[in-house]
Amino acid sequence: MSSHSSSEEHHITSYKTYILIWILLMILTAITVYVSYVDVGIFNIVIAMSVASVKAAVVALFFMHLKFEDSITWGFALFPLALLALLIGMTILDTFTRLFPI
Amino acid sequence: MEQASMDHTHGHEMDPREAYGISKFGMWLFLGTEVMLFGGLFAAYAIFRAKYPEMFLEEHKLLNREMGAVNTCVLIFSSMTMAVGVTAIQRGKRKLTSLMLLITILCGLAFAVVKYFEYSAKFSHHIYPDTSIFFSLYFMLTGLHMLHVFIGIAILSTVLVLTMKGKFNQEYSTPVELGGLYWHLVDLIWIYLFPLLYLIG
Repeated sequence: MSSHSSSEEHHITSYKTYILIWILLMILTAITVYVSYVDVGIFNIVIAMSVASVKAAVVALFFMHLKFEDSITWGFALFPLALLALLIGMTILDTFTRLFPI
Repeated sequence: MEQASMDHTHGHEMDPREAYGISKFGMWLFLGTEVMLFGGLFAAYAIFRAKYPEMFLEEHKLLNREMGAVNTCVLIFSSMTMAVGVTAIQRGKRKLTSLMLLITILCGLAFAVVKYFEYSAKFSHHIYPDTSIFFSLYFMLTGLHMLHVFIGIAILSTVLVLTMKGKFNQEYSTPVELGGLYWHLVDLIWIYLFPLLYLIG
């Protein structure tokens, strides 16, 4: 039973770390809002999605403590993302490769 | 030896550390299903955006970017106070935890108020969910997210009451942490909704 997890004295993140993470998130939000006012073509969506993903990763790693979780929790956190990619990817493939579009 | 003790307690008692790990594990599993719940709508967004790029470009301009940005800041701030609240209870500081939970809940309500004004503005311009595919997706995505904000507020209010009653301390803080995980997921989904709906066209 005790082979996995048994997270010795679970990690407690300091208040300071959270405030620094919050400042980082606010900076990233400012960047993404600023970029949205500038037209850089296709890169608008690329930058917006990249910044959103960095923000999401920071929230998951620090606010949600994923950084300090065991590998099983990591698996359960990442698996839905793989499913999501599959869901969106396959639906797009289906929709745009039909010989007789509905 | 474990077997005997298990029989006597009818399986209700578990090693607290093991129970903590399993609870958190279960919460992550649930959060995975939440991601998939939104996933269907994200897939619909991707397809219709690819099919009707002009519609998305034109109609996203009707959304109030400033209000969306304010709400993003409100949610990120509430996520920070929630995280601080979890650390506080892990250090046994109940008063600080209660205060942080209260601030988090108030931010959730502020988010709802801003959203109310946004929806009202749309309705007054005769924009409804059946106006177009874009607004259909907008109301579905933000509506489903709003529902999660309300559920989060309900969960955190319960956790707040229990914290004030002294149910949690540095040895046992699982419900505070799980409530926190839920709230962070609500924030996480908004982190994607904001640029997808308000910023890019």
